[in-house]
Amino acid sequence: MNLFEQIGYLFSNYDVVGSFWVNIQLTFWAAIGAMILGTVLALMRVSPAPSLQWAGLTYVTLVRNTPLTIIITMGVLGVWGQLQITFADNFDLNFFIFACIGLAVYHAAFVCEALRSGVNTVPLGQAEAARAIGLPFLTAARLVIFPQAFRGAVAPLGNTLIALIKNSTVAAVGSVATETSSVMRTMIEFNGNMVVLIFMIFAVGYVILVVPVGVVTTTLSRKLAVAR
Amino acid sequence: MSAQVLFDAPGPKGRRNMVIVNIVGAIVVIGIAVLVLIRFGQTGQLEADRWTSMFTANAWMNFLIPGLRNTLIAAALSIVFSMLFGIVFGLGRLTTIAPLRWISGIVVEFFRAVPVLIMMVAFWLGFGYAQTFDPNTVPLVAVVLALTLYNGSVIAELVRSGVFGLPKGQREAAAAIGMTHSKSLRLVELPQALIAMLPSLVSQFVVILKDSALGSWVTYNELLFMSRLYGSGNGNMLQALIVAALIFILLNWMLTKLADYVAKRLSSRTAAPVHAPDADVQEEIEEKAKA
Repeated sequence: MNLFEQIGYLFSNYDVVGSFWVNIQLTFWAAIGAMILGTVLALMRVSPAPSLQWAGLTYVTLVRNTPLTIIITMGVLGVWGQLQITFADNFDLNFFIFACIGLAVYHAAFVCEALRSGVNTVPLGQAEAARAIGLPFLTAARLVIFPQAFRGAVAPLGNTLIALIKNSTVAAVGSVATETSSVMRTMIEFNGNMVVLIFMIFAVGYVILVVPVGVVTTTLSRKLAVAR
Repeated sequence: MSAQVLFDAPGPKGRRNMVIVNIVGAIVVIGIAVLVLIRFGQTGQLEADRWTSMFTANAWMNFLIPGLRNTLIAAALSIVFSMLFGIVFGLGRLTTIAPLRWISGIVVEFFRAVPVLIMMVAFWLGFGYAQTFDPNTVPLVAVVLALTLYNGSVIAELVRSGVFGLPKGQREAAAAIGMTHSKSLRLVELPQALIAMLPSLVSQFVVILKDSALGSWVTYNELLFMSRLYGSGNGNMLQALIVAALIFILLNWMLTKLADYVAKRLSSRTAAPVHAPDADVQEEIEEKAKA
């Protein structure tokens, strides 16, 4: 078989595009979850209440230092296997949801840190002005600080998103058998003579996925930066 | 901006509100903990022997310590190799020889975009199929090689941003005393860049240590692999995973503290700004260096 026949053979026998689609879906849902949880955590960390600050800091310290692999393994073997918590009757969907939650829980810590670095880009005067017109903490955060913080945090948030796209492969550890690294594993196991080609297909796929996200977030971070 | 300016020094009413928020916050946290514990109780996770079995000689001597040793071996090898890789390709991106610069650029951008697990699985099965190594060492080789290529590329970018961060005067001074570009890179800029990037480097070691746990999926018997083995044999998977996670957290937390300490100590040793950025987000400095 020449190179093109090999590529044709691999694409017609395995659902390569579909496996990337699974990773994109994992990334999409996990990104939404991480964004919501991360924003709440960031709010907690800059809030005036010590108990909330402490809870936020503890979460970030614990989660950031735990390997994602352990978090996802714990979801499947611990929460599902031992605590018998299920999210869906369908086996595949259940593991998919577990993987999304694991990814969201892990990346929320990084979203929180990104937003905090965004808060740091907002000049002191903004917060003082918000205080001067009598806005309480939550209103000041909602109307003055966080809108600017989000714009200042585009670059680190983009990096977190790129990390999330790549880390979505770890869902394989959580028994999501239709995503890229599991599919690649099956493909290599059955076609040992095409290892390099199979690896290159998936590697190039990720380059194609990741590079535009980097370009877009870099451009956005320049465009959205608040001129000061 | 310090977070403290978001709110006033509280007056009497503010202090009262704070007490209320604190109490509510504490109740929510404790409430979640109680819910978890109730669920643990319902499924029998609170039975004493499930926990005590984690603190037996058998658990540590036969599973956790050998696993931890293998984790540290993989991490140490990856750290050394990725430093070498990073310095070679970081300097490659800075050289005046254009083709070398392009090749280094492509290599670095490529390996930074490919997920570590994809590389690990491909090397594991690829080397297994090609029979280049003893079958017993193939998982270790796959883990170290994948971690080296990814983290080496990140370190190469750190080297580049570290050199970019140096004041222009350093290069000019080197040129003034007649050094060539490559000599000035090697003798003047790189040593200072390495010191400036040391905190970020230590943060990257946290990433290496964490990602070494991916090795469990390619049958490398590191800490996570061994604790899963122990947990499935003793019917206390959850407890085994919790202990493994705590060991990882402790190790990484110590590394993070080291990074902060190094950043404080070193700021006077180089002309470049010293950062200890969050692992995974250090590309931020690179953006600043470009701007």
